[in-house]
Amino acid sequence: MQPTETKSPGYFHKVVDCQWACPAHTPVPEYIRMISAGRYADAFMVNWKSNVFPGILGRTCDRPCEPACRRGRVEDENLGKPQPVAICRLKRVAADLKGDDIRARMPKPAAKKNGKRIACIGAGPASLTVARDLAPLGYEVTVFDQDPRAGGMIWSQIPRFRLPLEVIDEEVGLILDLGVTFKGGVRIDSMKKVLAAGWDAVFVGTGAPRGRDLDIPGRKEAAKHIHIGIDWLSSVSFGHTTKIGKRVIVLGGGNTAMDCCRTSRRLGGEEVKVIVRSGFDEMKASPWEKEDAAHEGIPILNFLVPKAFLHQEGRLTGMSFEKVKAVYDDKGRRSLVPSGEPDQSFECDNVLIAVGQENAFPWIEKDAGIRFDRWGMPAVDKVTFQSSLPNVFFGGDAAFGPKNIIWAVAHGHDAAISIDKLLQGEDIRERPAPGMSMMSQKMGIHEWSYDNEIANDRRFAVPWADIKQTLKNVKMEVELGFDAATAWKEAQRCLNCDVQTVFTTQLCIECDACVDICPMDCISFTPDGEEKEVRTRLTAPSTNLTQDLYVATGLKTGRIMVKDEDVCLHCGLCAERCPTGAWDMQKSLIEMTHAGPAARSPLHKQHQRAA
Amino acid sequence: MTYLAKPRLHHPTLKKNAVGYTRRDYEGKVSTLCAGCGHDSISAALIEAFWQLDIQPHRVAKLSGIGCSSKTPDYFLGNSHGFNTVHGRMPSVLTGANLANRDLTYIGVSGDGDSASIGLGQFAHVMRRGVNMAYILENNGVYGLTKGQFSATADKGSKAKKGSVNSDSPVDTVSLALLMGATFVARSFSGDKQQLVPLVKAAIAHPGAAFIDVISPCVAFNNHEGSTKSYDYVRAHNEAVNRLDFWPSREAITAEYREGEVIEVAAGAEGGILKLRKLAADYDPSDKISAITHIARAAQKGEVLTGLLYAAPDAEDLHAHLNTYGAAFNTLGAKELCPGSGVLERINASLR
Repeated sequence: MQPTETKSPGYFHKVVDCQWACPAHTPVPEYIRMISAGRYADAFMVNWKSNVFPGILGRTCDRPCEPACRRGRVEDENLGKPQPVAICRLKRVAADLKGDDIRARMPKPAAKKNGKRIACIGAGPASLTVARDLAPLGYEVTVFDQDPRAGGMIWSQIPRFRLPLEVIDEEVGLILDLGVTFKGGVRIDSMKKVLAAGWDAVFVGTGAPRGRDLDIPGRKEAAKHIHIGIDWLSSVSFGHTTKIGKRVIVLGGGNTAMDCCRTSRRLGGEEVKVIVRSGFDEMKASPWEKEDAAHEGIPILNFLVPKAFLHQEGRLTGMSFEKVKAVYDDKGRRSLVPSGEPDQSFECDNVLIAVGQENAFPWIEKDAGIRFDRWGMPAVDKVTFQSSLPNVFFGGDAAFGPKNIIWAVAHGHDAAISIDKLLQGEDIRERPAPGMSMMSQKMGIHEWSYDNEIANDRRFAVPWADIKQTLKNVKMEVELGFDAATAWKEAQRCLNCDVQTVFTTQLCIECDACVDICPMDCISFTPDGEEKEVRTRLTAPSTNLTQDLYVATGLKTGRIMVKDEDVCLHCGLCAERCPTGAWDMQKSLIEMTHAGPAARSPLHKQHQRAA
Repeated sequence: MTYLAKPRLHHPTLKKNAVGYTRRDYEGKVSTLCAGCGHDSISAALIEAFWQLDIQPHRVAKLSGIGCSSKTPDYFLGNSHGFNTVHGRMPSVLTGANLANRDLTYIGVSGDGDSASIGLGQFAHVMRRGVNMAYILENNGVYGLTKGQFSATADKGSKAKKGSVNSDSPVDTVSLALLMGATFVARSFSGDKQQLVPLVKAAIAHPGAAFIDVISPCVAFNNHEGSTKSYDYVRAHNEAVNRLDFWPSREAITAEYREGEVIEVAAGAEGGILKLRKLAADYDPSDKISAITHIARAAQKGEVLTGLLYAAPDAEDLHAHLNTYGAAFNTLGAKELCPGSGVLERINASLR
């Protein structure tokens, strides 16, 4: 096998499963260690730098990091279901407990503007990220939104009982205070006009603002009592809607449906049910959001395809559904076919339709110079986020359809790099590599500067406010967040995957001490071979092919050292038992390079261009 | 040593053996020996062997003397019986224990100082008597606890860490064990578990005095150039006469053997099968006299002869020699232990 290349950031980055899975690549173990040490403000800053909205994401993130977390692969199954570290909720702890001194640590608004003007259309997470990255560099950034408040869907679609207003105001405020101009209540209805206004660059972060409708019999007749989910949520956020009927049906299986049903429960809905076409397990909603709905007494009925809205004299009376079942063809593709059972009807006073969102760009004229594909989506470069007009960029849901906040943030960072490079006269296809530093954690013979003891605790649950109270008040936050003591205990469950096991072949005497001590049987010294075959004869079987093998060649006996990264606890016992220091525990701090001097080409290249 | 206990978490595929334990259940406390010590590898080999043999930990007694090696029973089989005895006196304590309770599996752990210096007499007699045990000698050629003086097994001419040269002749423990009548004699290397684990299993299954001399480099005091007990030296001079596969029963044999390259050696009353892959064509481990010659020739050439050196086809143990009662004393009641004056009368009468 080829020896593992560890000099470039790729290999060790992948070992940090959470950071690798995060679209913004937040250095998760780094901030979790800070939380353990009570350095909440530092933990907040690590997050703020990387994902811009720690308090908001700490409550609402889709958490791609958690299914990836190594903890979920190493806990003893005999003691219950292995669970990842509560990464998302620890992020919230950093925001909740950071204290008041955070403003002093923020970048200052640029003392000198560089004369370039940038328009961000839509004040959602993607635009705000672009604004945050570019304003401190001296760009004049103006953010437009049709709503009077900045925040976009964070504010309009996410209910207050999941995300209090103060949190949004604080974190959006931190960005606007960097010298960003916000123009709220301004509806942009012509791209041509925007382009004519002479902005140096335009960023479109208008989201996926159109909720999909359901065109079935009765829709028009009962229209008064049928609402599109996201529009209805937004109307609740604005305070225009404060009531709903006693019996509510929510159609759809995504997170918007979960927000709709839970909001209904708080606005007078007593019999609220969610009805989905597909099976319960295939619903798009995050498992924890489904649990939250169940906790509030909301049943989810599955395999029911809406057939008609039932109505009498312009009043909605119920809905009828066809019962279906899932069948799979030989390629494993699923289709829903009628099960043959009789149709089912449910009485209701209101229906909320949350069956998906679509992009809509009615304000971008066909001849504005921006190319769209046949599905009505703009042609956007996946790396640079540039449209067919060189100075117009798209990001967030507006670029590639509905995703979530953390993806919008990641898009924003990348688009900001492109805008900065474009306006500095650089090739925007030349992308900056992430920064990586490796630092040995060795402090003494058996001392490490990270806490290498493995906690055996199971995942701690976040406490909830009393359900009797929360169901009465649409603005009362349900989750209370960890207190400092529980946060510390949960933080101890983190395995510090960024503290890497680094092997130096020349120092190894092949004494087997590391093989013997490794609690997870990760390490093998074995004859060389092809990877597929080598995986079959390691100390423990290596079946998780998504995880790499760390290979070192050139040992005195001619064997190779193979470490299966899959279930390594990063406990450092291999390094403690190593007599020669061939194993060392080194922290790999990997940070994405954001817009600014570090993301531009090296100075000599800039000089060449200038000459 | 490390300050941390080994984490309880284990590989998700960790298997249980026939008696319901994982390999991790055979571990002991965390080792306090120096990092990289060969003794820790031997402990790992013992853990693996006992797990593979499906022996319940509480049916094992581990006894040792004094020294680095004799500390190790604390670091494996944490749920077994143990006795850390007097320096060089493990054999006599083990003999007594074995006579009292023949139903346990006995393992004696000793070092080169404990066995070849202060305990040489005890070592000779326990081999001679054929006490049913696996005697593991963790041989590093130095006194590690007192900072690296030559021990009695250090080769003549080998160099200490500070440069002095050993002028004494070494005690060759495998030859001595053979001469004293051990019925199972092997030598191995702590850095080669593929050889060591099957040998330990065979020694445990052997129904008499089984002796394994395990060369175990002392990383702190005897792993330098000029030493004949260093990782590099042993790897460069290791002459394995055979490779052993131990099978608990004939049905369990899963490997395929080519004709002629394998000889079978009986492994005792419990019916285990020893399959030896010959590496040295003319080596016959059932021939004691040729074994002694072979060992002497190898020593002359500076080779470290490893593998199963001798296994007696018809081994017996001390209980068979003495025709003792067939059960452990702790299974006997007061009636059997004090059969009354009538029985005493009969015995006395038989001697008149």
